Amino acid sequence: MSTPFYVSPQQAMADRAEYARKGIARGRSLVVLQYADGIVFVGENPSRALHKFSEIYDRIGFAAAGKYNEYENLRIGGVRYADLRGYTYDRDDVTARGLANVYAQTLGTIFSSAAEKPYEVELVVAEVGETPEGDQIYRLPHDGSIVDEHGSVAVGGNAETISSYLDQRHQDGMSLAEALKLAVQALSRDTNGSEREIPAERLEVAVLDRTRPQKRKFKRIVGRQLGRLLEVGGASTEAESADDADGSEEK
Amino acid sequence: MDFLSEHQPEILPGNRQLPPTQGVIEAPHGTTIVAVTFPGGVVLAGDRRATMGNVIAQRDIEKVFPADEYSAVGIAGTAGLAVEMVKLFQLELEHFEKVEGAQLSLEGKANRLSTMIRSNLGMAMQGLAVVPLFAGYDVDRERGRIFSYDVTGGRSEEHNFAATGSGSIFARGAMKKLFRNDLSEADATMLVVQALYDAADDDSATGGPDVARRIYPIVTVITEDGFRRLTEDESSEIARSILERRLEQPDGPRAALL
Repeated sequence: MSTPFYVSPQQAMADRAEYARKGIARGRSLVVLQYADGIVFVGENPSRALHKFSEIYDRIGFAAAGKYNEYENLRIGGVRYADLRGYTYDRDDVTARGLANVYAQTLGTIFSSAAEKPYEVELVVAEVGETPEGDQIYRLPHDGSIVDEHGSVAVGGNAETISSYLDQRHQDGMSLAEALKLAVQALSRDTNGSEREIPAERLEVAVLDRTRPQKRKFKRIVGRQLGRLLEVGGASTEAESADDADGSEEK
Repeated sequence: MDFLSEHQPEILPGNRQLPPTQGVIEAPHGTTIVAVTFPGGVVLAGDRRATMGNVIAQRDIEKVFPADEYSAVGIAGTAGLAVEMVKLFQLELEHFEKVEGAQLSLEGKANRLSTMIRSNLGMAMQGLAVVPLFAGYDVDRERGRIFSYDVTGGRSEEHNFAATGSGSIFARGAMKKLFRNDLSEADATMLVVQALYDAADDDSATGGPDVARRIYPIVTVITEDGFRRLTEDESSEIARSILERRLEQPDGPRAALL
């Protein structure tokens, strides 16, 4: 009979972390930024059908980098958790903190369980408050830890380069167009610091807009509206963030 | 909801055991709901009264709810059960939309409501029936549609107008005489309030506009732009103009004889 090789727990965990990190790094990065009226999610996504961002509940949005089937699984789990909470108690009782805790537990259990391979995903859970001070952004790395972020956060392949770029330039109270412009600039430094152009049709953009009159604050920005925002980019504007295309754009 | 019935079946309304009872249970009942289609959308409205036997249980109950962006449901019958059913229905539509990334078709929503009513049949036979009226804007066919139900969950699409609840007979009579194919949105909102007025006129369980307490019918409009509930100012304006005319003509507008 052969005896298995001894692998120290430190080594085993390091290997698993390395595996997960590599998997995440293969995907494109995405960024989440606070702006004056809410939180904006921006990422590069060639697919129109497989979303990286989605709505979890009234004020809560979800963003994920990494392996699609794994984060899709977590997303559906999150929607179920939130809807069940909201139905059993009240809509106000569903919070980003509670959801982030559930995700941390799930990811942590999977990461340290020897029977399963670690998930190659990194998540962001964001909740938009009544005021900018009430906004919450949580980043959840593959190992189940939670990082409470402010202002801006990047996850995915070149997250470190991008987030340091964002940290230097992000200010509170930016308009949506300004924030979007900054996000696209940051994302275009994805590969090795050299800049490249990302066309509008490869961008996936969504917002949690606190000025929306509906209970559900999540909205995707697509097509003409996105083009208009990108054109404005930087120049100070106020009108376009108003929900001019409310009913038609949020399917 | 399939997930819920596996995960936590006890919180679904249909899965609760009822104790056997003698006679009819007294619980607040909602009364009249009316709906009218017009080119470009549909209007759904309800009075504000809930009754328990001969007592007015509540004067300002709300019986018309948005189901999602493009549909609404008005409820007649046992108020408590109906409100819970609507809550679950809203949840289910929203959940489907979030998980699948697309809305259910209007037919799909109507069918779903039908199975929910069917699961309440046991309670309906003990006198706790829920009979909603479902109205929505069909984004694919680009028109407003109305669906009515019976206690067993039987679903039927209604054309032009429909009513449910104790005052529905009178409301339907009024709508039959007032309906035209070329109603504007403003005409349609006026028509439903006229119908509710006539229902309240002849049915003791339906409440008319209460000017003293400023309680007016809830009127909702669903068009291409989505669901909108008329503000209190708008619905009071309609109710007041009707009241003014009825001071001269208590029976309301007259239709032509031939």
